Amino acid sequence: MRLLEYQAKQLFSEFGIKVPDGLTSKDIEQGRKDAEKLGFPFVIKSQVPVGGRGKAGAIQKCQNLDEFGLKYPQILERVVKGEKARAILLEKMVDYKKELYLSLFLNRGKRCYTLISSSQGGVEIESVKNQVIREIGMGNVEREVCEEVAKEIGLGGNSITEFVDLVQKLSKLTIEKEAELVEINPVAVLNDGSLLALDGKIIIDDNSMFRHDELKKFHEISELEQKAEKSGFSLVELDGNIAVVGNGAGLVMSTLDMLSDNGGKPACFLDVGGGATTESVYEALTLISKMKKVKGILVNLYGGIVKTTTVASAFLQAYENKLIDLPVFARMLGAESEKSKEMLKGSKTKLFDSVEEAINAAVIGVSKHG
Amino acid sequence: MVNLFDILRGKEGDNDYGKKPVIVQGITGKFGSDHTRQMISYGTNIAAGVTPGKGGQKFEGVPIYNTVEEAVKATGSNISILFVPAKFFLGAAKEALNAGVKLLVAIPEHVPIRDAMTLLELAKKNDAVIIGPNTPGIIIPGIIKIGIMPASAFKPGSIAVISKSGTLMYEVSHNVSSASFGENITLGIGGDPINGTSLVEAFDMIKQDPNLQGIVVVGEIGGDAEELFAQHVIDTKFSKPIVAYIAGRSAPKEKRMGHAGAIVYGNYGSAESKVAMFTKANIPVAKRPVEIPMLLAGKLETKV
Repeated sequence: MRLLEYQAKQLFSEFGIKVPDGLTSKDIEQGRKDAEKLGFPFVIKSQVPVGGRGKAGAIQKCQNLDEFGLKYPQILERVVKGEKARAILLEKMVDYKKELYLSLFLNRGKRCYTLISSSQGGVEIESVKNQVIREIGMGNVEREVCEEVAKEIGLGGNSITEFVDLVQKLSKLTIEKEAELVEINPVAVLNDGSLLALDGKIIIDDNSMFRHDELKKFHEISELEQKAEKSGFSLVELDGNIAVVGNGAGLVMSTLDMLSDNGGKPACFLDVGGGATTESVYEALTLISKMKKVKGILVNLYGGIVKTTTVASAFLQAYENKLIDLPVFARMLGAESEKSKEMLKGSKTKLFDSVEEAINAAVIGVSKHG
Repeated sequence: MVNLFDILRGKEGDNDYGKKPVIVQGITGKFGSDHTRQMISYGTNIAAGVTPGKGGQKFEGVPIYNTVEEAVKATGSNISILFVPAKFFLGAAKEALNAGVKLLVAIPEHVPIRDAMTLLELAKKNDAVIIGPNTPGIIIPGIIKIGIMPASAFKPGSIAVISKSGTLMYEVSHNVSSASFGENITLGIGGDPINGTSLVEAFDMIKQDPNLQGIVVVGEIGGDAEELFAQHVIDTKFSKPIVAYIAGRSAPKEKRMGHAGAIVYGNYGSAESKVAMFTKANIPVAKRPVEIPMLLAGKLETKV
């Protein structure tokens, strides 16, 4: 789960990390009240779960009420990399002399956390120069390591103790909240040498959420995704018109790739998951039936822990209850695939021996009727 | 370096050669019981099951114990396959390692990263190997199956298949089997961000096998396991043919594609980055699973 900036900053504050004064709203009425409380000038920041807000014009300075009336709705409506604003953060501007980069990040290859810092923050991590990197095991950073890094990125005076304190608080947050990534970019070095988090990015390990009830309030997902999560399958909505359903994330991704290569446009990625039952697959079909853009369903199954008959039964039920009236192009292999073929004979599900044939039939079938 | 074949098959002359005893943790659960039956029918020597509170009972003739320690004492087994919900994973896995298990096949999905990392520290201390979590398991076709994979995809042969994804491992092995290569071992390292056994380690554990003629690596977007693997192949000058496949080329960035680990941040974890490294290591990357046998055939031919 990726937290929005204002949510990340809420956690920063809880852990004693200093952030600029700010207020968050979801509509202009509340926004006006916030503006009055905060006082001009300030920055209007769109709250979206992606980077590149600055370039997209989703962060703008605001000097007075006239500007506010113009810019607030603009930024609220602005789409950044396909993401609409979830909220608007109004934040006081601060004077500072320098921008740093700082993050704690789970290095998957090395199977440990790494601390990354630089004296040149404020740009995306790929472009951050002079990175100082330390491996820090499960996330705990020793004082001495923090001091070393502070000096290596050129800090002096009270900024060193400020930095040590900041990293240790960030480390505590990472461990306690089970984050995969905690990033402050930039950290502002103020004129008095103290440090302030100007931005914040936190990614929490989804699999640890069962022991973090306190973070559930931050869990903002679409209605469809919520339903998917509840039924135990993964759903990612995409822009096309062919719903792609399968078992196992790798197989469904592979099917998306092949479909795209052949000119098809996937409408969604739907992995029924290892614990799929006829009921949960039926629930998945219910979701798909509500996605108006879908003109056909491509099914690719390799039965193992999930039997193909489990899925076939769900399709038969869906036809019987007139839940779906879409053409279905399917390839089913593995556990009980012969039985599934028998079951689906004469139904609206066209079965193919190879995934290639199923994909081609889906692309042609949908373009004819789409 | 651990040789997986020694643990799974044993050495010729061992009195349990090809019949190594295996413990099933969670043998009476829904998935545990179903897959225990399938492993037994494949010929795997399931020697004991563990379900707390059901010690003394039997399942399909297999004695059940309350603890792993009792199961190890009674059977001498040092291999365990674990079926428990993610919430109970760390406790059950630690119990296995503390009881002397040296190879733990960890099936559960949705294990928190911190739990996997904590377990890995213990595994390092105990000299134990963890496969998974979120793995379909390991199979040496015709000899032993420790996992949830459908047996029909696999045939005895000479190609090793190492995969992040479960169902893609079946799909690719099915293709390799249909092309009459067959597999000498197939294992899933899991689709999580932290793997008990990394791609590089899995490779190191199987590469010495004299019957091995080639390797198929089935990767997917997310992390840098494939890049590290390709670099390792370059560094070790491994000379047998390797073919790769990467799933998720068309996936949008910063979206988690089903697997906890399948997510691209910027260039980190992207298919482009992986394909570029494979190319550098002279490892051809199939665009579709069905191309894998052809690429293998080409590579094997140039070797002759």
